[in-house]
Amino acid sequence: MQMSKESRKKESLLRNSGFQTILGSLLCIIIGLLIGYVVLLIINPGGAGKAIVAILKNFLYYPSAAAATKYLGTTLVKASALLMCSLSVLFAWKVGLFNIGAAGQYVVGVGACLYFGIGLGMPWYVCMLAAVLTAAFVGGISGALKAYFNVNEVISCIMLNWIGLYLVNMLLSLVKEQSTPYTKPLKSVNKSALLPNIGLDQVFSKNEFVTIGLPLAVVMAVIVWVVLEKTKFGFELKATGMNKNAAKYCGMREKRNIILTMVIAGGLAGFGAAIFYLTGIEQWMVQQTSVPAMGFNGIAAAFLGGSNPLGAILSSYFIQHITSGGTYVDKTMYCTQISDLISAFIIYLCGFVLFFKVWLNRFLDKREEKNN
Amino acid sequence: MLLLIQYTLIFASVLVLVALGGCFSEHSGVINIGLEGIMVVGALGGALTMKYLPAGTAAVLIIVLVILASVLVGMIFSLLLGVAAIKFNADQTLVGTALNLLGPAAAVVLVRAINTAESVDNVSSTVAYGQAKKAFVLNIGRFEFNWFMLIAFLVLVASYVILYKTRFGLRLCACGEHPQAADSVGINVYKMRYAGVLISGALGGLGGLVYITAGVSEWKFENGVAGFGFLALAVMIFGQWRPVNIGLAALLFGLFRALSNVYTGFDALVALKLPSTVYNMLPYIISLIVLVFVSGKSRAPKAEGIPYDKGQR
Repeated sequence: MQMSKESRKKESLLRNSGFQTILGSLLCIIIGLLIGYVVLLIINPGGAGKAIVAILKNFLYYPSAAAATKYLGTTLVKASALLMCSLSVLFAWKVGLFNIGAAGQYVVGVGACLYFGIGLGMPWYVCMLAAVLTAAFVGGISGALKAYFNVNEVISCIMLNWIGLYLVNMLLSLVKEQSTPYTKPLKSVNKSALLPNIGLDQVFSKNEFVTIGLPLAVVMAVIVWVVLEKTKFGFELKATGMNKNAAKYCGMREKRNIILTMVIAGGLAGFGAAIFYLTGIEQWMVQQTSVPAMGFNGIAAAFLGGSNPLGAILSSYFIQHITSGGTYVDKTMYCTQISDLISAFIIYLCGFVLFFKVWLNRFLDKREEKNN
Repeated sequence: MLLLIQYTLIFASVLVLVALGGCFSEHSGVINIGLEGIMVVGALGGALTMKYLPAGTAAVLIIVLVILASVLVGMIFSLLLGVAAIKFNADQTLVGTALNLLGPAAAVVLVRAINTAESVDNVSSTVAYGQAKKAFVLNIGRFEFNWFMLIAFLVLVASYVILYKTRFGLRLCACGEHPQAADSVGINVYKMRYAGVLISGALGGLGGLVYITAGVSEWKFENGVAGFGFLALAVMIFGQWRPVNIGLAALLFGLFRALSNVYTGFDALVALKLPSTVYNMLPYIISLIVLVFVSGKSRAPKAEGIPYDKGQR
């Protein structure tokens, strides 16, 4: 009764589901970093503080503003690919599917765009289209298996991750350099396959890897948000995810929706592969024995962002920021994988966000009761 | 041919152990997708024990200690899933995935820290255990018998007995089928689920140990266990959550996995001139095909993946 106006306002903010999600994500980050710090302390107490600061500083490690801007650009390019992977995961998640295959879809996307670029000498838009379509196809396989044969999408995705990795290694061996296990650099073989910079490279102190891929990824995030939240199509997909049978009863084609979801999810991951590898920032190593971490980090980013496409923009940047930051730790004491460990902890903690919300609401209820 | 049988049996042992782990967890109602990560940490526990055991230790003692280490580490790690899924109603797929990322990352960080502490220039994530590993192997003629083959077989028999012939096993299954009903007759669903998850941790950890000692004498932890945890889940589904069928499924999958190691010994296969990558892909392709045929009439425990809430009806 005597609650002041201000405290009531605060109360309603705490009740807000979106605010609770943000609070939960921040807690995940803080606890994740703390655990990382403790691990560093256990390994070597001497440099732990410095190492965690290095991880958090990332490109700020460079004293000169120009160098820092340049490496900010590189982090952003990587983050844009990560954003696409996390969009892939969260799009499927909204429809009740766990797309752990984003990693594999990303890999086949890499295979397609590099082969089209190096092997067939195609321009960038063709390479990009090839990456998107191939990855969408692979995603579609998991979707079709789920829809028609009830195969658990997590397991089929994992199997496809490995099959995809081996196939891509085989395919890209055709376009690798003679003396190294790396694919030929796009820059020297086929310049037309490189994404246009449209002046963005100048913004980031001549970082040639910053291309239209960066704004395109953000646009994609907005499109995904609009499709999921503002269109009938998105509503139908989400309804299918909530209850397949109810959706069918309402006249939605639930099988088609499941397949379509995985096709779109795959396409998003493939797009991520294209905007990363078509900048020429990295060459593919054809003897790789494990799927690149990009797709799995996408899971972290998706959940840390509260499975909201716009939240994913921020969370993808954060995950990439600490992943890149990991390369600046003192390597005589620690290894770069400490960042992977931190992001793994963050995903684990994201599992508790729902419980946190329930607990917070119960706590607020109790307090209200007391005050009344 | 002997080599093929040997590899088939050892890989089948891995799959049987891990798949049975998954089977116990799912029968109790918790989906354990984190088996891959559990395998890695279990393997790490075993590998480090082998590395640090003094050279003169008796073979029996090595076997017991190393197995104990793997099992214990696996169980502790699986508690991460257990607590999150049972106590905090977390999404089991999400937490399982987190374990899969956490396991290899933790292993690499730890091994690298150990290696760097030994010598600053050593940045590899490899643990060598060549000497201690010999304790597990018994040469019978040209056949390398591995004690793990026997252990896997015994675990298989024990699992069958436990799941179908004991009070504990039947109660465990009840918790995965209809936890409310189980609770109404006085079974503590939470306890049973913890038991299921812990058993899966123990068997997963052991499976990881078997995997890294199959054939090689050092392990690079950056590679994890190459999707074996998931292959084991496929074996479990193919075996329809029943121990005996799981054993047979594991033999089949083990055979295909073994082919990629030894196909060069068969003139007929070499004559096909397939690239070795094809053989590497084979187990994954086969498991996809198999899943297509068996998933339709799935006999998965009905309540798996759903957090148990006492208040819900």
